[in-house]
Amino acid sequence: MGIEEKLPSGILLTSVEKVAGWARARSVWPATFGLACCAIELFQTGSPKHDLARFGMERASNTPRQADLMIVAGRLSQKMAPVTRQIYDQMSDPKWVISMGVCASSGGMFNNYAIVQGVDHVIPVDIYLPGCPPRPEMLLDAILKLHDKIMNSKLGKDRDREITELENARLGLRPVHLAEPTEAEL
Amino acid sequence: MSESGEGSKAGPEETQGSLAPQGPTPPAAADSTETGSNLPARLGEERLNAPVARMGMFGVQGTPDTSGFGLLRVHQAPALDSPRPYGSYFDEVADALGLSDAIERVVVDRGEITFHVRRERLLEVAAKLRDDPELRFELCSGVSGVHYPEDAGRELHAVYHMLSITHNRRVRLEVSVPDADPHVPSLVGVYPTCNWHERETWDFFGLIFDGHPALTRIEMPDDWKGHPQRKDYPLGGIPVEYRGAKIPAPDERRHYQ
Amino acid sequence: MSEMPHAAAGASDAEAAEGRVYTVSGEDWDEIIAAANEAGDFESGERIVINMGPQHPSTHGVLRLVLTLEGETVAEIRPAIGYLHTGIEKNMEYRTWTQGVTFCTRADYLMPIFNETAYCLAVERLLGIEDRIPERAQIIRVLMLELNRISSHLGGIAPMGLELGATTIYTQGARLRERSLDLLELITGLRMNHAFIRPGGVAQDLPPGALEAIRVFLDETPRLMQQLHTLIDANPIFIGRNKGVAYLDLEGCMALGVTGPMLRATGLPWDLRKSQPYCGYETYDFDVPVRDTCDAYGRYLIRMDEIDESLKIIRQCVDRVAARGSVDSDPVMIRDAKIGWPAQLSLGPDGLGPSPQHIAHIMGQSMEALIHHFKLITEGFRVPAGQAYATIESPRGELAAHVVSDGGTRPYRVHLRDPSFTHLQSVAAMCEGGFVADLIPAIASIDPVMGGVDR
Repeated sequence: MGIEEKLPSGILLTSVEKVAGWARARSVWPATFGLACCAIELFQTGSPKHDLARFGMERASNTPRQADLMIVAGRLSQKMAPVTRQIYDQMSDPKWVISMGVCASSGGMFNNYAIVQGVDHVIPVDIYLPGCPPRPEMLLDAILKLHDKIMNSKLGKDRDREITELENARLGLRPVHLAEPTEAEL
Repeated sequence: MSESGEGSKAGPEETQGSLAPQGPTPPAAADSTETGSNLPARLGEERLNAPVARMGMFGVQGTPDTSGFGLLRVHQAPALDSPRPYGSYFDEVADALGLSDAIERVVVDRGEITFHVRRERLLEVAAKLRDDPELRFELCSGVSGVHYPEDAGRELHAVYHMLSITHNRRVRLEVSVPDADPHVPSLVGVYPTCNWHERETWDFFGLIFDGHPALTRIEMPDDWKGHPQRKDYPLGGIPVEYRGAKIPAPDERRHYQ
Repeated sequence: MSEMPHAAAGASDAEAAEGRVYTVSGEDWDEIIAAANEAGDFESGERIVINMGPQHPSTHGVLRLVLTLEGETVAEIRPAIGYLHTGIEKNMEYRTWTQGVTFCTRADYLMPIFNETAYCLAVERLLGIEDRIPERAQIIRVLMLELNRISSHLGGIAPMGLELGATTIYTQGARLRERSLDLLELITGLRMNHAFIRPGGVAQDLPPGALEAIRVFLDETPRLMQQLHTLIDANPIFIGRNKGVAYLDLEGCMALGVTGPMLRATGLPWDLRKSQPYCGYETYDFDVPVRDTCDAYGRYLIRMDEIDESLKIIRQCVDRVAARGSVDSDPVMIRDAKIGWPAQLSLGPDGLGPSPQHIAHIMGQSMEALIHHFKLITEGFRVPAGQAYATIESPRGELAAHVVSDGGTRPYRVHLRDPSFTHLQSVAAMCEGGFVADLIPAIASIDPVMGGVDR
């Protein structure tokens, strides 16, 4: 099947990770999940001025089966949430999610009954991109950060170890609204 | 306009008779009842008799209000029934429409005319508006609802806006129904465009349009409970979290009323 | 494959249409067809119910269409909307009148200035200040409206090509749209969702250099529009897919409440800028493009012509602004201290804010001005009780705002009558009996924006 099934270990694994990361970062096909105003900025990012095609990403995959990246562009309503989850589930691994705009990241200015307060209530998000709407340049920056993340992502045993470390680090955190700001933040 | 729940208002003559003159004599008040009805003193009397709509300045709940504005009482705006002549093209429309027993009152305000129609006669009025050659209101812009919870017995209003392309005119129809019996006849047979608008009004206010081919939810998910745009439905937001602080959702904050 | 309807289908088994429901999860067509043949469900004509959307690139946003197909012919269409419902109208009841502009601007996000203008016109009518809006503000409003009309039409025409598979139409249309967005950004600071039109006037005056930039835009755009015309107008595939498709005549339009380019494609020259003018439109010289073909191609041509008419109007606006004096004697916000939001803004090291002159005035010179500034920003102004309905001619049709006030600092009820919501009802009338492939250009010719449909 995929590389994930047949992984070596040790130094060979690191080399495979590098090559796989390099290849995956350069062939990302977005499943554009354009919902609202951010979708228009996504649309403009495909225009010749901002040129999403330089990454090979102008070929948006209309079917989630062939897509790698889900850019949730816009406010996610309660009615749309199950559909979002279904589309995300239909994407095959490896897959990433950029939540574009404040409405997708946190509910944005719409703190009400109709909007899911952050798309990460429904699907896991890799890159949060604020803005209302974010400029095409901001979206390109988010995509570049995602490419960075993809290039440096680990596979197999390394990935398991990384997940364990991250989880342990997060378990010690207190809720945001109860945490006092640290010296560095003040 | 929120109403004081009295139904059709008494004519200008009766109220003027019960009013003691206050302040300077208004110009030409003795002969014309129309200018008399616009005196601020007169409206003040009515307003003081209307029920209280808001108390205090800040809508404070749970925290002490030391501003001194806590004793502020704002009364509801009284229900108007504009006297003739209405001005502009409104008189022609009202005359061509006739059906004065179907119309509870007529309000001419800010350059717009509103016919408050009894719900039993709504279909008749709409059909006449569409078909009568003097009226010819071909385009209905749709229905929307307004919820006035303080207006006992007439809480839900369905508001229709009509446009006549032939005569370049606009009118508004308003139907008031109580919460306990929120039925309004559907205008889909007369103006098919009302189809989705009525579904939306049902979805958001719980107004039931009798005779609608498929009155189901349109904006909210099909199994949603409650009618979101009613005043007794909360905004539903979550508290906003900052480091070391939480701010309540927008509908629970102190605000100027 | 199972017989249970999918969780996302909405209706439970008992409420779904009669007959068996099949869930397709991939690589199982042969099983489904075998089961269907076995069950003998299909009648003599094979009828399939297909769900198109809500995630689908060709439906202009999150629109769900449930199609009953007989082969390639559409027997029934049921559009399902609400996947973008944001509760904008209810949110506006919890914000002040001026803050409401930032909410309503996000309803129909391709034409934010139009949403703002409809709302502000209704609020101004309730305030009774309609005739006291400064002239300069009115001219700037018309300028912004027409600029937004251009960017909105291009935002409709470019996807028209993309959905038919003509990516070049999309890139060229988006390229031209970028230029209009650059202008909008120069004037308002944002490319979209500007919150620029405020009750009483506009947020700030045109920045220095704006008039020259607009003139450059006006000089270059006709050439680029000509390129678009050459690319699209006589394209045999475009014509083949759009001519005669999505027919809706005048009777249909009247019954379904359709206005805007769809109505003008039936031959009726109804444009609210001419028949019920607002913002001073009666003083501008422009034509109303009309066609009588009632089809998708006619609507496309009308939109292209409207872009040219908008360029004409913008040129007149620029000439008028250039002929006027400086800002001090020529405000862009009503000179009423109880209503007019401070509109002398300048860019400082910490961002955009009241100009140093304004701050010096309120802090050093006038106590009343300080109080007015404070009360306006914190409390907002109060609007006398009543209701108003303001209509404008938006790129999609008649956009209206029905605003109800109870005398307070917040709207009591705001309803946006959006043209896309009304026009989507006509999909069934236009497409039933036609081919599935005609559905795409039909919806593209309505040019719906789901933000306006669902609000």
